[in-house]
Amino acid sequence: MENDKVLDVKNLTAAFSIRKKEYEVLHDISFSVRRNETLCVVGESGCGKSVTTLCIMQLLPKNGHITGGEIILDGTDLTKLSKKDIVKFRGKKMGMIFQEPMTALNPLLTIGFQMKEMIKLHRGVDNKEAERIAVEYLKKVGIANPESRLKQYTFELSGGLRQRVMIAMMLSARPDLLIADEPTTALDVTIQRQVLNLLNDLKKDMNAGILFITHDLGVVSEIADRIVVLYAGRKVEEGTTEQIFNDPRHPYTIGLMKAVPDVDSDEYNIEPIPGTFPNITEEIPGCRFSPRCPYAGSCKLCTTEAPEGVEVEEGHFVACHLALRKESPNE
Amino acid sequence: MGKYILKRICIMILMLIGMSFIVFASMYLAPGDPAEIAAGPSATAEEIEIMRAYLGLDKPFWTQYISYLTNLLHGNLGTSLITRQPIWSELSIRIPNTLNLAVAAMIFACVLGIPLGIIAAINKDTAVDNALTTLSLFGISVPNFWLGSILILFFCVKLGVFPTGGMDHYFWTAIGFSQVFLPAMSLGMQSAASFTRIGRSSMLDVLQSDYVRTARAKGLREKAVVLIHALKNALIPIVTQMGTSFGGLLSGAIVTEQVFAINGIGSYLINAINQRNYTAVQGTVLLIAAMFISINLIVDLLYCVIDPRIKYE
Repeated sequence: MENDKVLDVKNLTAAFSIRKKEYEVLHDISFSVRRNETLCVVGESGCGKSVTTLCIMQLLPKNGHITGGEIILDGTDLTKLSKKDIVKFRGKKMGMIFQEPMTALNPLLTIGFQMKEMIKLHRGVDNKEAERIAVEYLKKVGIANPESRLKQYTFELSGGLRQRVMIAMMLSARPDLLIADEPTTALDVTIQRQVLNLLNDLKKDMNAGILFITHDLGVVSEIADRIVVLYAGRKVEEGTTEQIFNDPRHPYTIGLMKAVPDVDSDEYNIEPIPGTFPNITEEIPGCRFSPRCPYAGSCKLCTTEAPEGVEVEEGHFVACHLALRKESPNE
Repeated sequence: MGKYILKRICIMILMLIGMSFIVFASMYLAPGDPAEIAAGPSATAEEIEIMRAYLGLDKPFWTQYISYLTNLLHGNLGTSLITRQPIWSELSIRIPNTLNLAVAAMIFACVLGIPLGIIAAINKDTAVDNALTTLSLFGISVPNFWLGSILILFFCVKLGVFPTGGMDHYFWTAIGFSQVFLPAMSLGMQSAASFTRIGRSSMLDVLQSDYVRTARAKGLREKAVVLIHALKNALIPIVTQMGTSFGGLLSGAIVTEQVFAINGIGSYLINAINQRNYTAVQGTVLLIAAMFISINLIVDLLYCVIDPRIKYE
């Protein structure tokens, strides 16, 4: 089973320096992505989802850096690689799809140029073969008239088409890992559905793992095999989709589930999580969620000591002092 | 596209007609008497009056302007008050020298300015960036006549590696290159510095863009990211600056030609002003305006080549 892991993130810690002060944005994050599996990383804006992906790609902005832990891809710890060597992994071993399809492709180069550049670089083929592969992958992602699309520029394509091109481009190098950072957020709902279905179909025949970042639980339920929930730079819960949706243990996850509108119910009863998301500069002793947690009031431990992740059932981890107790919020 | 160019040329002609009015009116209002100059210093009052009638200067303003404009539309810029030669024939032998200088200065500015801007951007906030930013501030502030004199002093008088002045060969020949090098450098320095500053800031913008991040995520080497994905996008603001810079080069050439003793339209214009050769001033100013407008058209067409999103109907 170990060999099945495409990506193994162990105790990843990252920090940003803002005005010469260090602020920790990721604390002790561990998870792994297996082949033919979609792992969803869920959380509010600012919880560290995107930073996690940028750590893996080693594309953090200049003031951000990894301060600890390992990111193992294909047997190599990416955090130990030099700037020169990481280039060999990007694209080839791990592809990434970004949130904004409107701006993620170069406006002054044709689709064909951008795709062939990728294919020639990673598959070592000549221009003619690269063109054939580009057409093949555009067909795979369901684009009609791929030959003529290759000659077009991005401004001639809609957002959904651009995201398909992006997916085709990243898959054409046959990576082991595909990172998708909110790839559907900027698309309208019907196109969103098409792209999700596409990723689900592709997962089956591309033999890769998908790391999918989103804040949309609707999307998660469509696509995820397993879920990692992040809150303020910490992993609060991890489990299979069923475990998280049917049996959430962490008060934050429970809050998230309650905040999803139910279309089947006649009543409109969304329960928002009280309070606001902490700023990066705020220091919170104990559990980072405790100021907003409805159960933490009676618990001294919650405000003094950060909880460790505990396996509550097979493959289901929770980092909450209360989740293990009798007065567990779930009961 | 052809239709667009045709439309632009029609607008150009209208602009030049407007320009001709401004030039003619300002010369009409300027102090001094063209008839007196044309008649020569030893002419009597009677001879001056005869000359005035001969040149049509005794007629009302509008009549004079209409006949000037009619001549213009027939391609006739008038005759020089001093030499009695057609102004066009005097200008046409000087245009190649000025264009030679201006184009060489533009090439100098691009070759020096754009790469330095890119180097500053990719080394943002380092000593290299700070040094280049400071240098470009110096380059923008230094007046070209001063720089020209200093260059002559250093390269010609002290080192003796370049001629001090004169220009009778095109810059792509060996002699022409040595003749044009110093004038082009002193004329192009401000433009080079402005390209460095604009190049730096537009490159910084582009380097933060999503598609550059995508290019990096694709596993491209940094060199390919900068030269293939970023540079083309960063060039758009630089091309805009090139258009305005070229106008600056044409007017800067007036001074530079004086410093380096180049027989171009700039030194012709200075002479014409000193001699109160009104018709020659009018003709030269119109020619410079026409060149400036044409360069702007060329710049607009250049956008099409760089950016596929721009199409002119």
